[in-house]
Amino acid sequence: MHPAPSVIIFTTLSGLGFGLLVWLGMGFPFVTGWVAFAFFAIAYALAVGGLMASTFHLGHPERALKAFTQWRTSWLSREAWVSVAALIVMALYGAGLVFLGAKWTALGWLGAALSLLTVYCTSMIYGQLKTVPRWKTPLTPALMLAIALAGGALLAGQALAALILLPVAAVLQVLWWVRGDMALSRSGTDMASATQLGDIGAVRAFEPPHTGTNYLLREFVHVVGRRHSIKLRIIALILGYALPVVLLLAPFTHLMAFLAVVSHLAGIAASRWLFFAEAEHVVGLYYGKR
Amino acid sequence: MTQLPDRTEKKLGLVIDLDTCVGCHACVVSCKGWNTENYGAPLSDQDPYGSAPTGTFLNRVHSYEVQPEQGTAQLIHFPKSCLHCEDAPCVTVCPTGASYKRVEDGIVLVNETDCIGCGLCAWACPYGARELDAAEGVMKKCTLCVDRIYNENLPEEDRVPACVRTCPAGARHFGDLGDPDSDVSQLVEARGGVDLMPEQGTKPVNKYLPPRPKDQMDRPAAQPEGDIDVLAPFLKPVAEEPKGFIGWLDKALEKL
Amino acid sequence: MTHHQPKIETSPKVSDEVRKTTCYMCACRCGINVHMKDGKVAYIEGNRDHPVNRGVLCAKGSAGIMQHNAPSRLRAPMKRVGPRGSGEFEEISWDEALKIATGWLAPLRAEAPEKLAFFTGRDQSQSFTSYWAQNFGTPNYAAHGGFCSVNMAAAGIYTMGGAFWEFGQPDWDHTKLFMIFGVAEDHDSNPIKMGIGKIKARGAKVIGVNPIRSGYNAVADDWVGITPGTDGLFILSLVHELLRAGRIDLDYLARYTNAPVLVNMDPESPEHGLLMRDEDGKTLVIDRKTGKLTPFDQKGVQPDLSASYRHGGVTHKPVMHLIAERYMDSQYAPEAVAGRCGISADKIRTIAAELARVAFDEEIVLDQEWTDFRGETHKQMKGRPVAFHAMRGISAHSNGFQTCRALHMLQILLGSVEVPGGFRFKPPYPKPVSAHPKPHSAVTPDKPLDGPHLGFVQGPDDLALKDDGSPVRIDKAFTWENPMSAHGLMHMVISNAHAGDPYKIDTLFMYMANMSWNSSMNTRGVIDMLTDKDENGEHVIPHIIYSDAYSSEMVAYADLILPDTTYLERHDCISLLDRPICEADAAADAIRWPVVEPDRDVRGFQSALCDLGARLGLPGFVNADGSQKYADYADYITNHERKPGIGPLAGWRKGETGPSHGRGAPNPEQLDRYIENGGFFVKHIPDAASYYKPWNMAYQDWAVELGIFDSPQPYIFDLYVEPLRRFQLAAEGHGERQPPDHLRERIRETLDPLPIWYPPFEDGGIDTEEFPVHALTQRPMAMYHSWGSQNAWLRQIHGHNPLYLPTGLWEANGFADGDWARVTSAHGEITVPVAHMAALNENTVWTWNAIGKRKGAWALDKDAPEATKGFLLNHLIHELLPAKGDGLRWANSDPITGQAAWFDLRVKIEKVAAPTESQPGLPPIHSPVGQGPDHLEWKVGK
Repeated sequence: MHPAPSVIIFTTLSGLGFGLLVWLGMGFPFVTGWVAFAFFAIAYALAVGGLMASTFHLGHPERALKAFTQWRTSWLSREAWVSVAALIVMALYGAGLVFLGAKWTALGWLGAALSLLTVYCTSMIYGQLKTVPRWKTPLTPALMLAIALAGGALLAGQALAALILLPVAAVLQVLWWVRGDMALSRSGTDMASATQLGDIGAVRAFEPPHTGTNYLLREFVHVVGRRHSIKLRIIALILGYALPVVLLLAPFTHLMAFLAVVSHLAGIAASRWLFFAEAEHVVGLYYGKR
Repeated sequence: MTQLPDRTEKKLGLVIDLDTCVGCHACVVSCKGWNTENYGAPLSDQDPYGSAPTGTFLNRVHSYEVQPEQGTAQLIHFPKSCLHCEDAPCVTVCPTGASYKRVEDGIVLVNETDCIGCGLCAWACPYGARELDAAEGVMKKCTLCVDRIYNENLPEEDRVPACVRTCPAGARHFGDLGDPDSDVSQLVEARGGVDLMPEQGTKPVNKYLPPRPKDQMDRPAAQPEGDIDVLAPFLKPVAEEPKGFIGWLDKALEKL
Repeated sequence: MTHHQPKIETSPKVSDEVRKTTCYMCACRCGINVHMKDGKVAYIEGNRDHPVNRGVLCAKGSAGIMQHNAPSRLRAPMKRVGPRGSGEFEEISWDEALKIATGWLAPLRAEAPEKLAFFTGRDQSQSFTSYWAQNFGTPNYAAHGGFCSVNMAAAGIYTMGGAFWEFGQPDWDHTKLFMIFGVAEDHDSNPIKMGIGKIKARGAKVIGVNPIRSGYNAVADDWVGITPGTDGLFILSLVHELLRAGRIDLDYLARYTNAPVLVNMDPESPEHGLLMRDEDGKTLVIDRKTGKLTPFDQKGVQPDLSASYRHGGVTHKPVMHLIAERYMDSQYAPEAVAGRCGISADKIRTIAAELARVAFDEEIVLDQEWTDFRGETHKQMKGRPVAFHAMRGISAHSNGFQTCRALHMLQILLGSVEVPGGFRFKPPYPKPVSAHPKPHSAVTPDKPLDGPHLGFVQGPDDLALKDDGSPVRIDKAFTWENPMSAHGLMHMVISNAHAGDPYKIDTLFMYMANMSWNSSMNTRGVIDMLTDKDENGEHVIPHIIYSDAYSSEMVAYADLILPDTTYLERHDCISLLDRPICEADAAADAIRWPVVEPDRDVRGFQSALCDLGARLGLPGFVNADGSQKYADYADYITNHERKPGIGPLAGWRKGETGPSHGRGAPNPEQLDRYIENGGFFVKHIPDAASYYKPWNMAYQDWAVELGIFDSPQPYIFDLYVEPLRRFQLAAEGHGERQPPDHLRERIRETLDPLPIWYPPFEDGGIDTEEFPVHALTQRPMAMYHSWGSQNAWLRQIHGHNPLYLPTGLWEANGFADGDWARVTSAHGEITVPVAHMAALNENTVWTWNAIGKRKGAWALDKDAPEATKGFLLNHLIHELLPAKGDGLRWANSDPITGQAAWFDLRVKIEKVAAPTESQPGLPPIHSPVGQGPDHLEWKVGK
């Protein structure tokens, strides 16, 4: 799949933002007034910024409101509803904290649940796709939820939670990669099933339909070199998970905390780039590509 | 509406004969011509006279080389467009309802005025049947020429998709695959028509007729005893020499 | 929940109007419906009523809208202002352009008409352009048949009075086995696809014989991946097998061929090898009933295939004896040819057996009574349901003529020509070679030529030679080098004119022929010849006039450009006098007409010739008072009469009592009638006349009625082609006209009256161990010559072309995807991208034809993939054979017809580091029309 910056930014930032909202909604940390305002501002900047980024790849962003209509079947539509609900509920909850110093616990928990659900919906946009065997696994929502919660904990200053969740996310990440590397070959979809010519013999793509490129090749066929992939995976593991843990274990300073967040964000962005770039869409088989 | 209908009244679709397709691309260009001028936005081309020409096509002809374990390789031309699946994943993922499957005939369409161009339907399609038009920013796909097949401004015999009408080899057939008695269903039955990527669970309406067995004349050097050979036996000489042939000729002419 | 869906308009208006004309996206000439919206072309589809395509249309035809609107269209007449080859021009008026042309041509006509060489390329108006050239008086006219498939045309016409090309077709409705040899994709392409579809739907078999398994060969049930240039050997081996088994149609051979005709067998006789004839020149046979010698065509005669005749001490044997003697020889046994052909002996035997089985055991019979030319009435029409087709693949070799002859002999031995299920002719064929004109070349200054330029020679007396024995024609057609060059040798014109061999010319006038690029062998060399200057600083070819609709590579090399229209803006006639669009069941012709008017200062080339012809005062183009005779081509089409009552179009002529078809006076409303009828005219052949046409009196009478012949012309097929023997006799020293000594041996060896096979000439001139690999091009189905690249839709399908390598070569050289190779021939080298193909003869490489483009041509970006990754094989092929050290220029052509031997090419392949662009890279030419837009959203209607 084409690793478009818009979707990488979207999933990385909004995941982190909604992850933070989950923690804020649960009351960790319990803050009010300007401190609360600062936390909420960061969470909203990330969540809304991510959502905004996602509209950059739309052909017609001005029609984006239509995306609310198909919640019965479409995870994208569900994500739209749930994210807006989460943002509204958490805005109310946050207003109470910032302006009234009031903690409406039930509302907070509802907001936290909706925020978590938003991340789940986002993950299911990818996790539902049978056409991308690397994504089509419960590990995809598990991983995205774990990353959102871990990153949220990191931002929320919940060191203990982060110290637990980051290794959990890292384990899920590795599992996801290991499974993913075998996903296409285990999916049962190959050139023989794509062309139904396998009974005759070994199938090889001869001339492509057009000598130039096209939307499908640009969007779905992206080849990452094996060495490049390993390098990026190591970077993602170190920056996204290991380094933040090390930094958290060191005596607390704001700088260290900030560095842990930045490192985590960079690592997750690398992981997300691989998430797209390494994902094999089965349509590539028609072009003899992976 | 992206919920799929429980059932459709018809299952209109194409049957593509891989035994006959010569790979001429007539269907590709005829489709481009009709659909750029008709349904929805034109099928645009970027850099059409430049170094990297690319454009929107709703139908493309691939080609595959197949190497049997024994014998010569084969080349198979392979046209591919939307298969109008019964369980069309492209429809259910659409957030806006722009993609839908018609109740009356099962055609999968995009209502372009509702399309936000998110591309998710193309992600969900295993066949590469959908292409986002770079100029218009909406998803384009085969409409099965819905603006031809019922068009009262066209003579009855022309109410078929443009690709079917133009195919010189007659390798494309159009009809109701939901009706077991239709010509296309009969053809699929007779020729063992198949689904592409059946494991994807999309239940495509379009069917592909596999190539017939080839290279039967490459018989093994020695025919094993008792094997049934569909081919004629080697010719039996009546004469080895011209002289003998003239003698045979004389006798043969007597019998005429 | 109920299902909601939008309501859509399922009956939108399709167009304001449909205008029906004829396609020109290749040589197939299908009928098209041009849908118009707001006066513009909105959509093009096939015309269902049209005899050629029955509604279908190929990729090229469907992309016509992009051709018609291509940014590469020339806009106005131009004169060159930069150096030749620069592409720098100035637009001028038509009046100025025609004045310049007149200024160059009028003095030539007055003094030395042969100094004009007028050659037309993808010309579909040859009966008109040749008429113009004839009136000018130059002997130097031909179209492009000489570098296309003249071997096929000439072999067919000399053998059976018709050819494959588009002169005939398999009986698609009845055939049970179809065997197709290499065909070009631009001749009869839709009919062949339709036919293959038809027979496949019936479950009939297709055998493809081609080194490359693509296109038709990809769908063939059985593929024969033959080694290039050995088709003749393979066919003669099939003949060997059939003769040995006696599986030939003796009745057919006795009745309808010259197999029973007697041949002089006396080696001492000056008539050795000639056919026995009576005083009227009729060939003689022995009648089986009487045992007597008799002309072949007498009532009730039953020609004997086996009886010899001795007279005056000279033995005469029937042709059948000679055939048996030659082809039963063990040199043609499957084992003997298998290695060279790259086909196993068993497979050859299997194919021979299958041909015989289907021809004789699956005979079909139609209950249709008919009467033959000997007056015998047959209750039924018997059919041998085996059909063949072939084209450039077997003909573009230096042994192509004899190979095509061999294939026709095979067809005839099986009795499968002009019978149900076999191969059928399309009117005006069958037409015996004797009914064709002979070539004319007598030049008189200020006067027309003495007759049509091109034709069919019967012997040395018909050659176009001056008294000193030197060639009359610049292309050396109809000379000892290639006596039966029925279509001329366009590929030799520039080379000969530059060399001054046989003489220098003044003006080269060409139409639709991309000679500085893909239409020439030795492209680089031809470019140099076109730009070369003599010691005085003058161009060696002083003037070049060129007409084309588009900014092709050749435009840059002309001094004066006459811009043609697109095919939707012009009048044309696809005439029975030319290469018509008939079907085996019907005579047909067609027109093009301006479905839109040009929006540029361009004119149909033929209309420009009407004007130029009048300015030059050419007899056929001026009235008695010297005024212009034909206002434009439409006027000519309507009013020209080739002979009284016969004009370019056969339909809706003026009879004595009303409209008349075939014969009749010019009808001023004729074009309107064509337009009303969908742009074509068709007249069906009666059922009783539909098969056995050369011998069927019902057909002969019908053809006379339609004006195809003036009298019935029944004839028998020439398995033995006597004119070839006449040239051999001359080479053996007989007769007045004698070949030069250096050609005697070659003529004796190659102009054999019975089909032979010999290795392609290139094999003899080079080291085949150094250059072991055969290299071919094929025409993609979606492209026509170089035209497709200016078409925004088609160039996306074929934007560049790899060289395809078979598995063995691929692996031996360690190639991988994306690699490049240096390809070297005896003549030159190219460096090009390669790709792997397993379904390919193990000793052959190939690429798509004419995809490579010169930078700056066709209104494309200079970095277009056609120019950076595309390439031409032409750089490896020379118009001459490698020098033999005798100081002579030996053409790389068939020694009989002069057909360019494109497919004799041999190369070697080496893996090299990828260059930045394919090599040789030529400098860009300036585009006289700029470059096309950077995006298209094509929609005419609102």
